[in-house]
Amino acid sequence: MTVVTTEGPLPPQPYDVAVVGAGVVGSAIARALARHPRLRVALVEAQDDVGQGTSKANTAILHTGFDAVPGSLEARLVREGARLLTAYAAESGIPVERVGALLVAWDEEQLAALPRLARKAVRNDCHDTRLLGPAELYAREPHLGPGALGALHVPGESVVCPWTTTLAYATQAVRNGVHLHLECRVEQATRRDGVHELTTTRGTLRAHRLVNAAGLHADTLDRQLGHDDFTVTPRRGQLLVYDKFARPLVRHILLPVPTALGKGVLVAPTVHGNVLLGPTAEDLDDKRATGSTADGLAALREQGRRVLPALLDEEVTAVYAGLRAATGHEDYRVRAHPGQGYVTVGGIRSTGLTASPALAEHVLALLRETGLDPGPARDLEPVRMPNLGEAFPRPYQRADLIAADPSYGTLVCHCERVSLGEIRDALAGPVPPRSLDGLRRRTRARAGRCQGFHCGAAVRALFEEGRRDGSAGSGATVEGGRA
Amino acid sequence: MTAVRQVDVLVVGAGPAGLTAAATLAARGAGRVEVLERERTPGGVPRTCAHGGFGSWRRPLTGPRLARELADAAVRAGAAVRTGVTALDWAGPLDLATVGPQGPEILRARAVVLATGARERPRAARLVPGTRPAGVYTTGELQQAVHLYRQPIGTRAVIVGAEDVSYAAADTVRRAGAEVVALVTDLPAHRTAPARALDTRLRRGVPLLTGTVVAELLGHGRLSGVRIRHHDGRAAVLPCDTVVFTGDFVPEQELARLGGLTLDPRTRGPAVDGALRTSRPGVFAAGNLLHAVERAATAAREGTLAAAAVTAALAAAGAGAAAGSGAAWPEGVPLILDPPLRWITPSRVTPADTLPYTLRTASRLTRPLLEITQDDRVLHRERVRGAAAGRSLTLTARWAHRVDAKGGPVRVTAR
Repeated sequence: MTVVTTEGPLPPQPYDVAVVGAGVVGSAIARALARHPRLRVALVEAQDDVGQGTSKANTAILHTGFDAVPGSLEARLVREGARLLTAYAAESGIPVERVGALLVAWDEEQLAALPRLARKAVRNDCHDTRLLGPAELYAREPHLGPGALGALHVPGESVVCPWTTTLAYATQAVRNGVHLHLECRVEQATRRDGVHELTTTRGTLRAHRLVNAAGLHADTLDRQLGHDDFTVTPRRGQLLVYDKFARPLVRHILLPVPTALGKGVLVAPTVHGNVLLGPTAEDLDDKRATGSTADGLAALREQGRRVLPALLDEEVTAVYAGLRAATGHEDYRVRAHPGQGYVTVGGIRSTGLTASPALAEHVLALLRETGLDPGPARDLEPVRMPNLGEAFPRPYQRADLIAADPSYGTLVCHCERVSLGEIRDALAGPVPPRSLDGLRRRTRARAGRCQGFHCGAAVRALFEEGRRDGSAGSGATVEGGRA
Repeated sequence: MTAVRQVDVLVVGAGPAGLTAAATLAARGAGRVEVLERERTPGGVPRTCAHGGFGSWRRPLTGPRLARELADAAVRAGAAVRTGVTALDWAGPLDLATVGPQGPEILRARAVVLATGARERPRAARLVPGTRPAGVYTTGELQQAVHLYRQPIGTRAVIVGAEDVSYAAADTVRRAGAEVVALVTDLPAHRTAPARALDTRLRRGVPLLTGTVVAELLGHGRLSGVRIRHHDGRAAVLPCDTVVFTGDFVPEQELARLGGLTLDPRTRGPAVDGALRTSRPGVFAAGNLLHAVERAATAAREGTLAAAAVTAALAAAGAGAAAGSGAAWPEGVPLILDPPLRWITPSRVTPADTLPYTLRTASRLTRPLLEITQDDRVLHRERVRGAAAGRSLTLTARWAHRVDAKGGPVRVTAR
């Protein structure tokens, strides 16, 4: 039996651990805790789905950590996380493509910086980088705009599906006893008689230990517990997703040589077969400012035109903007407060997706420092996620699957070739979507070039039907019959 | 290994062009004619246009009725209309890899007619900034939502565009019980029949905001409004929970591009000659894939012509051979346009062509004189009926036989 709730009262008895925030980091922590069957764990999320904040709108890169600050916590966790996530992805069917990155130098100053970056990579235990001259660079990337002087090749950099990653963690956590409470915003946190009392939009939730993985709101929760370690300044990143016709134009992740402002604008393939251009980096104070702007999009297109001129001839299939949790610090802000039974996981930047499995192990160790005895551990039964990646067979390409169930050959979303079977599975899954956006992140339905012109109404009809079937009863989805 | 099945003619897309081509071919004894349609029902876009204006003045029809009649006619003539089957990609010169509930299958044809139609460009392609709330539609999605699925669409809708399809979207919004807040267009005037525009403005009280763009979508979760900006700099927010992006059609060109067909950069559909031959031997194209978009009747007329061209090509190739396999596949000479002419289909010409040309102009032309030249040699001059921007002109092909097949491009100028 699994417990995923969106409404109604929360259980009165205290959990052993409550994790606030079901982004990629919180979900990874919940999954790590689920290995300990004696623990009662709650994963608490303000929004109606997992991965709805910073985790859903990033650059979808599985980093090697070659350019992290050597010796920092981030450097270590990204390095370990890359290894763990690569293995987890293979086990769970999360699409990953090891396309490699090219840091392209467009002027002499940038060219001169490349050897320094190569040496930094070595200090970050990344030993396979190589400097490329213009001839080899253009042989690798024939569509690159004119004027590039050379590049640093980082073969280990990969692209990954961020949505499937978060969902895999959450699914595995929920299947192994973690309670997921959605639409449950934490408004106040206090500690009384050694127990955390979280006042939420759905009543009080109690827990002996608390993990703050609240992303953009981690500073607010931290202050409620009496700490003033950091302030989250939302840094907006706008991104353009180009049509699948653009995919043959680029083979690697094309990075600029980093500046003090961030990693700059990249052009990268996605595992879904598109090309990404972005992000911008705008420091804001509104934690809800997830809109794109005309200026931002124009600036991105200008930079994209230089890197990959032919990209601009293709259609844009999606525009989105995400907010990264910048703190003004160079490193993650992860701290245990043993006396309070509390761990803060703050300031997780764009590398958080890569670092997530290592962050989870790190947090587990910190929880032990707070006196938590997690009890015996077990290996979790692997989850098998639906494949959204173009480098692996999709259901419509699998004769065996269609022969067993014709609904995998019945395409509903034509641009992305999403079958009825996949939509049905997503709606019946242990962590079902609560919106069409949630369904899109699980299946890619409506994510293609027509944005629903052909299939939008049909997908909505299936979604409404699935929701009616799924929610007959209460807000709790209870799935029986699975180990 | 996926099974390969031989047919004579494969038509991709069961809209007015594809169904008419299939019906004509089957009636002429072209052998096994198969139409692949990825949707569950045949008919194409008219299927969801629950209004009149289809058929002829003598026999007016609604869109769904036309869709049914075209499908019935194709089946009666002996064509196989297979719905729920998607043509995924090319698997050989005239082979298409398909999938459906019965599984994968490769279909090998002697000739292929692409009739995959067109779609509207959605919000993202138009680079409209803002949040990503629910309540953002194209007309295509709106009409399916309201007419096929009876879905509620919100209470207050802004329509982006002011052409025929925009007014049809406004009607659909009203039929769904919602209020139309305004039609917004960046053009200086509407592009529909004056009576229709007047009726909407006066009787329905729906304002038409010209010279205005939607600058930003607002709202989290559900759309709460759109920020509009006039060319003169004035800006305002229109509160609404629904916005419909209408018009701005582009050809559904996936198979054409996957097949490496030469595209016409003006229409973004495959370049064809007067026999609707694409650059790939044995592959023809018809309907709104060529020109996004014209009326269903134009698409159907091209379907008939494609059928004639396919019949001729199959006869020339001989029994059992693929179209284009015997004689050289003619390349034709490209047609180039001077402004304000925007696009022309067919976009290539061979001396044997007989099909009339469809032209679009970027600004209004009143009884223009069209001049056709090749290498500074005048082939034809003709005064044609005028057309507004967004409406088509028709040009005969009576001059095509004067074209030098080995000469330079043919230029069309409007005076």
